[in-house]
Amino acid sequence: MLEVKNLHVTVDGKPILKGLDLSVGAGEVHAIMGPNGSGKSTLAYVLAGRDGYEVTEGSILYQGRDLLELSPEERARDGIFLAFQYPVEIPGVATTSFLKTAVNAVRKHRGEPELDAMEFMKLMREKRNLLGIGEEMLRRSLNVGFSGGEKKRTEVLQMALLDPKLAVLDETDSGLDIDALKVVADGVNALRSPDRSMVLITHYQRLLNYIVPDRVHVLAGGRIAKSGGKELALQLEKEGYGAFVAKAAESAGAAA
Amino acid sequence: MSSVTTGLPYADRFPAIVTALPGQGVPWLRELREGAFARFARLGLPTTRVERWKYTNLNPLTKATFEPALRNGQAIPSEALADVLPAETAAHRLVFANGAFRGDLSQVGRLPDGVTLESLGAALARGADALAPLLEHAARSADNPFFALNTALMADGCVLRIGRGVAVEEPIHLVFVAAGGDGAPAYHPRNLILAERDSRAVLFESHVDAGGGTYWSNPVTQVTVEDGAALEHYKFQEEGPDAFHIALTAVEIAARGRYDSFVLTSGGRLSRQEIEAVLDGERSECRLIGGYLARGRQHIDNTTEIVHAKPHTTSKEIYKGVLDEQARAVFQGRIVVEKDAQKTDGHQLNRTLLLSDHAEIDTKPELEIYADDVKCSHGATAGELEESALFYLRARGLDESAARRMLIEAFLADLGEDLPHAAARAALERRVSDWLTAI
Repeated sequence: MLEVKNLHVTVDGKPILKGLDLSVGAGEVHAIMGPNGSGKSTLAYVLAGRDGYEVTEGSILYQGRDLLELSPEERARDGIFLAFQYPVEIPGVATTSFLKTAVNAVRKHRGEPELDAMEFMKLMREKRNLLGIGEEMLRRSLNVGFSGGEKKRTEVLQMALLDPKLAVLDETDSGLDIDALKVVADGVNALRSPDRSMVLITHYQRLLNYIVPDRVHVLAGGRIAKSGGKELALQLEKEGYGAFVAKAAESAGAAA
Repeated sequence: MSSVTTGLPYADRFPAIVTALPGQGVPWLRELREGAFARFARLGLPTTRVERWKYTNLNPLTKATFEPALRNGQAIPSEALADVLPAETAAHRLVFANGAFRGDLSQVGRLPDGVTLESLGAALARGADALAPLLEHAARSADNPFFALNTALMADGCVLRIGRGVAVEEPIHLVFVAAGGDGAPAYHPRNLILAERDSRAVLFESHVDAGGGTYWSNPVTQVTVEDGAALEHYKFQEEGPDAFHIALTAVEIAARGRYDSFVLTSGGRLSRQEIEAVLDGERSECRLIGGYLARGRQHIDNTTEIVHAKPHTTSKEIYKGVLDEQARAVFQGRIVVEKDAQKTDGHQLNRTLLLSDHAEIDTKPELEIYADDVKCSHGATAGELEESALFYLRARGLDESAARRMLIEAFLADLGEDLPHAAARAALERRVSDWLTAI
């Protein structure tokens, strides 16, 4: 599904990712854990195609295609979904009509018929009930006046509507209390399927109690410092990132 | 005089032009026109050294040679005009072609008793003495050369009186159609709107282009809102790409009166919309909402002045615009709170979205407050589309142009939210959406 090889990325001329390798198979859930500043969000943005994240070396293959050639909208239509750490508030854009536009842009690309208002509302009702999102919330402007939890739930709702093949969830657990976290995690778990892969980016192990990953990777100093099964997360929770950060600094020093 | 530019339009031809104007046989009218022309000649066209014209250079206007358009307007075939008439209102519509009233294209339904509506040309030809004080007043505009020129050369327009206590449900729509063609016509419509005590009415005003080419429209609209009356006034300026549109709307609002103005400017090569609103009675209110959409080398100037002359008066002003390519816009918003106007509430906001590095907005809020117990605020912003918002929308599958359009529509959305009239909201939405299809 996703093959990242020796990925080097600079932001404003500053190297952030320095030779990252990652391989995610179909239907797998991978967790990327790491301290602040290790490059987690950079990885998320590079996968989604944000301007200003310059790939200086390496490659990303998605379903066997060169992902880096595609614009953000092409990636989205081809099944990549990024759940934002900080969903952008856009006053004046009605949430429902935005979601309908997005769903139909993706459907059109897949050669599926576009949904009319009635069909869309039916789909929406089905998905939002799953996440406990009230109709009232969707009448507001996109993310405007939403609490942290409401924003994250709406991200997962968008994911459910857009039906991606590869979902990247960037700190979807941050800023959530335990009840909100359960709702969001249940929503994500309901979307797990053999033909949908997920990359969970998180600072804390907590999320992984609810969404159990197949693989866990530690990102430190712009590279994957260690990979393992779900038990690696528990080890990190106990021991912290200190050892990895020190090692990353060491190898960077050696490389220099 | 330093403020006078050369090439004063009509300077040597005024005596010949004026003899052809309606009502010229009426002594007071002849004197009024001659006095006004002398004042125009003395004032001259303002240069950018005049503070209120600092950001709008009238050189392109002075370079064109204009012809008086009265006869021209009568001669344009109806078919050429019918296609461009706006569709939003149908019940009461007065159509003017190059400033001249066209009965064949106009259509006025049954108006309630107490409402009179006629063309100014007909009223002047009759020598309607009752209009004299109205045409002479507007002392605040005495130093405005375009007001003086309009008074000197006014030939037609609309005279509307909403009688005491009358409510007119259907909008009354004034449509000014221009057809430039050979020679550059200039016309100077004068509209007189009187909303008597406790009356209610909705006025639409459209300026559209049928033939392209250079022309100059110089309308003056005088509005009087008496005690307890309410007037909604929606103006859509969609002149042709080579047109000049220099408009003055002067409004007086008496106690408990309310004036709601909306102006959307998207047309014209160079346009200036000036609004003066005087809150001249206790508890009177006015609201000025404006939108501007410009691209190419268009220049759009919105200059407003709200005078709070009496206590407990309220004003709210929001102007928002989108500028692309090399377009320029000007917003000058002056709020004056006179000494006696305690408990005044005045709020002003100007926001501009710049879609190109070459677009420019000059914004100048001006608060002049002589009373001590008032609540006044103003704010101005100018900026580009937010990269983070664009990326968010694209990451959901919207292509870049659709994402940009969605964000521009969102930026303008609150202009429409507050418009009381559904047809006006729909007209705004349609024009914004039309304008955006070229993005």
